[in-house]
Amino acid sequence: MIKLKKILPPLALITTLIAVWWIVVVKTGSVIFPTPLQVVTGALELIEDGTLWEHISSSLMRVGAGFLLAVLTAIPLGLWMGRVDGAYATLNPVFQIMRPISPIAWIPLAILWFGVGNASPIFLIFIAAVFPLIVQTAAGVHTIEPRYLNAAENFGVSRYKLYRQVVIPAVLPDLIVGMRISLGVAWLVVVAAEMIALRSGLGYMIMDSRNAGNRYDLVIAGMIIIGVIGLLLDGLMRLMEGHKSVRWRYDR
Amino acid sequence: MTDKIVIKNIKKSFSSGSESKAVIDGINLTIGDGEFVAIVGPSGCGKSTLMKMIAGFLQPDEGSIAVDGVERKGPNANGILISQHGSVFPWLTVQQNLMFGLNDEHIDKAAVADHYADLVGLKGFEQHYPRELSGGMLKRAEIARALAVKPEILYMDEPFSALDALMSLRIRTELLRILEEERHTVILITHDVEEAVHLANRVVVLSNRPATIQTIFDVPFAHPRKLSDPALQQLRDDILRELGIDC
Ligand SMILES: Nc1ncnc2c1ncn2[C@@H]1O[C@H](COP(=O)(O)OP(=O)(O)O)[C@@H](O)[C@H]1O
Ligand SMILES: [Mg+2]
Repeated sequence: MIKLKKILPPLALITTLIAVWWIVVVKTGSVIFPTPLQVVTGALELIEDGTLWEHISSSLMRVGAGFLLAVLTAIPLGLWMGRVDGAYATLNPVFQIMRPISPIAWIPLAILWFGVGNASPIFLIFIAAVFPLIVQTAAGVHTIEPRYLNAAENFGVSRYKLYRQVVIPAVLPDLIVGMRISLGVAWLVVVAAEMIALRSGLGYMIMDSRNAGNRYDLVIAGMIIIGVIGLLLDGLMRLMEGHKSVRWRYDR
Repeated sequence: MTDKIVIKNIKKSFSSGSESKAVIDGINLTIGDGEFVAIVGPSGCGKSTLMKMIAGFLQPDEGSIAVDGVERKGPNANGILISQHGSVFPWLTVQQNLMFGLNDEHIDKAAVADHYADLVGLKGFEQHYPRELSGGMLKRAEIARALAVKPEILYMDEPFSALDALMSLRIRTELLRILEEERHTVILITHDVEEAVHLANRVVVLSNRPATIQTIFDVPFAHPRKLSDPALQQLRDDILRELGIDC
């Protein structure tokens, strides 16, 4: 019941938007801008010939690979920077400079270094995802309350135990927030990267649909699918926030 | 009684901006092995600061602190600090918290943890997370976590202040019973003078900030002590008067 109450207003808004879109297209008699029905028909076409799944899975595969590399790099690096002041002082300024550079600006270099295969978009996703996660992880370590670190120090536990039972659980909520941001950016970037260089993926599908015969129905279908998958990915990360090992942060 | 902790003329100030605030101004104190010393003093006078220095978390600006004749450089597991603000790890269960300080010499860490949980009245809550406990239960978990490692010294900074009177009395009695067996050396900071005379061998009264030792009272009564004992009540009133509270 409560769920329904939460879902109803956005659902109503979306329905209205679709209706307005439909009416405007019909009223203006546009030949190039598709109606919602045409978009759905276009999407069904792609589902039937199987190309939609190919594009989706290519995009997801690239995001998965780039994001995984980013996580594997950023978490150890962020933990280290959070614990060792010298590492933070040295690396943080560099990362702060690199972070605002849009991954799109890296495209020429990516093509130069990695060509136009899968490696380029994976590299771009990595670049986009790694910096916010490093920053978030290090910040998470810095905000661990000293009383917990003091207690751990007091008991004289091993470094392994310190990380395993204090530092990592304490930053886990920040890690999850960082990963959420990071995955969101990664998804944003894969589509942009695919628009330029490749033969598959949702970004490619959008550009190709326009270039090969002004199929704006497929352009819009692609956009909507990107949005929905982005939402699902975020929902997946949100599920992690409910995990019992991080609930301590949100319950109090 | 051999000397356990020897504090020689320690001083500490904190500076914020250009201003320097003296907090501890020359404290000398020797604490015997197995002794129970209570420290009372006005709020904000520097009690917690003094405790952090003795436990090794803060370095004094001047003077020295020696434990077992060795200069204190940092904290270690021989002396566990029960901090005023609590430090039970919220991401671990009660049992995991109590197991935290146990080293690998213990064959069955969970059993040791459960024993101490039982001791402080947390039986049945071993698998609970701290957020599911009341403030008083958290304090008890913290005390149990410290006791479980059998530290030579317990540094307790207002450990009972979050407890209601009944629970405080119960834990105090329990603590005395444990001390009979384990003979920890204890330093207790409290604002409750009655608690101090109930538990301690000596009560140190600190002055207003910057803290110096104003007076030290001996508490020459054998355990178990009755709080209603007139001699004990008299001592309590003397200490309160020393703190500037007439009654
Ligand atoms: N880390 C610190 N930096 C600056 N001032 C501090 C710090 N710790 C304590 N103080 C100051 O020292 C004084 C004594 O604090 P504290 O030892 O906590 O008092 P008490 O435990 O007796 O109430 C207070 O005025 C407090 O503001
Ligand atoms: Mg204090």
